[in-house]
Amino acid sequence: MVAIGAAMLALLLLVVVAGPSIAPFNAAKTSANSLAGPDATHWLGTDSIGRDLLSRLIVGGRGTLTITFVAVALALAAGLVLGLVSGYVGGKVDLVIMRLLDVVFAFPVFLLAIAVVAALGPTIRNLIITIAIVYTPTLARVVRGPVLSVKRWDHVEAARSVGVGEFRIAVVHVLPLVISPILVQTSLTLANTIFTVTALSFLGLGPPPPDPNWGSMLAEARQFMELAPLTVIGPAVAIVFASLTFIVLANGLREVLDVGNR
Amino acid sequence: MSPLLEVRDLTAQFARDGVPATVVKGISFDIAPGESVGFVGESGCGKSVTARAIMRLAPEGSSVAWGGRIGFRGQDLLTLSEREMRDIRGRRIAMVFQDPMASLNPVMSVGAQIDDILRRHTGLSRKAARQRTIELLGLVGIRDPAIRADDFPHQFSGGMRQRVLIAIAVSCQPDLLIADEPTTALDVTVQAQILRLLNRLRRELGMALMLITHDFGVIAGMVERVNVMHGGEIVEAGPIDQLFAAPTHPYTRALLAAVPRLDGARPGG
Repeated sequence: MVAIGAAMLALLLLVVVAGPSIAPFNAAKTSANSLAGPDATHWLGTDSIGRDLLSRLIVGGRGTLTITFVAVALALAAGLVLGLVSGYVGGKVDLVIMRLLDVVFAFPVFLLAIAVVAALGPTIRNLIITIAIVYTPTLARVVRGPVLSVKRWDHVEAARSVGVGEFRIAVVHVLPLVISPILVQTSLTLANTIFTVTALSFLGLGPPPPDPNWGSMLAEARQFMELAPLTVIGPAVAIVFASLTFIVLANGLREVLDVGNR
Repeated sequence: MSPLLEVRDLTAQFARDGVPATVVKGISFDIAPGESVGFVGESGCGKSVTARAIMRLAPEGSSVAWGGRIGFRGQDLLTLSEREMRDIRGRRIAMVFQDPMASLNPVMSVGAQIDDILRRHTGLSRKAARQRTIELLGLVGIRDPAIRADDFPHQFSGGMRQRVLIAIAVSCQPDLLIADEPTTALDVTVQAQILRLLNRLRRELGMALMLITHDFGVIAGMVERVNVMHGGEIVEAGPIDQLFAAPTHPYTRALLAAVPRLDGARPGG
């Protein structure tokens, strides 16, 4: 399972890293040959203003996936710090951090995203920040839970009994032991984030044109979907594939990390 | 000789759910440099809490109020700051715990765990620390210490892990080693080896040893003096021979009677 997930992830990473250089055409170049079906030149056909669909999928995937990865990385960093501090320090600190996260958690993802993007403008940076904020509470909770239990384990007291400082105990003797649920949750968050990013772009709250991304491609193609179904199916399949990648990866990681890890 | 450790009127009061409970009720005792002293009593008699008071370690998730005085090398440990206390723990006073299976970090090699303490307290370089780690592992009787240092705790048996924990505890040559039920979680055959090891290290390194146990069988031949604890107080104290020969307190007599005898005879029966 984890091998399949890793292979799928490798394909996605190839798209992100190589992007335009593996696309057969310039993704922004228009032509008179619009809404054409698949042929030997344009493998997936062209869109309403004659741009090559496959090239746009690849370049658009790079945009969508980059936003996803950066946003989740930020959410993970914030979640790790907040969850670790909250769980390890406990008491009033824990109470304050968790209640603040509850406030964020209580907002529906889209409502919060729409509000932030509407207030600050639809740029890639704002989209990333919004998504990072939205997913931080989930990750912080996943970190905090096991920290609460691991900090009471004997080896933590043993470390304290030989003079190891609290910061070092938290980072060296607690954090590495809670890493497996975090990996799984991060992978699931990536799957969710793909949907959030494309949905916001679909609604016009993503990065502005001409940068293609899977969400805005779907939105543009919607009106022609009876004439050229591939223009909708292409991005839709890409979104599902990317999301599935992270779900498969999460399941694989869970199997690998849960069974016989001790 | 002036005592290494001088405990006077030590009290420990826990507050759980707002209800205070006094677990240690004003006990006093001394430990001389290099001396070995046993603390015997049943579960919950306050002997482990006494040990933790000397280390100033409150059980995680509870708050405890210490009272009295713990004199150690001219300082009162109860008045030191947490930072000063961290320099004492592991360097001057070290502790060996009951459960060797749980007391090592499962995701760090045992060598790295010893290196860490050495570097923390002695400022040795990475290389010098590893050299010393290998010496220490050899000292506590681990074969092929240079190879075993890179192994993880799950690759060691319980007895071997307790040896590793002892190596960590004695790594900085502390003045006082506290062993809290160090053999309770081990097989009987391994228990004797661990006790012999503790005794040998105490003599070789010139440490004082505070041995805590519920089992009179464990301290026989290990310590010079015994404090018998019951209900948070020291009910009887004295040289071990005298205590075995003529226990004066009824609780001590009851504890001694609880030790199974080889000939099957029941004391007083």
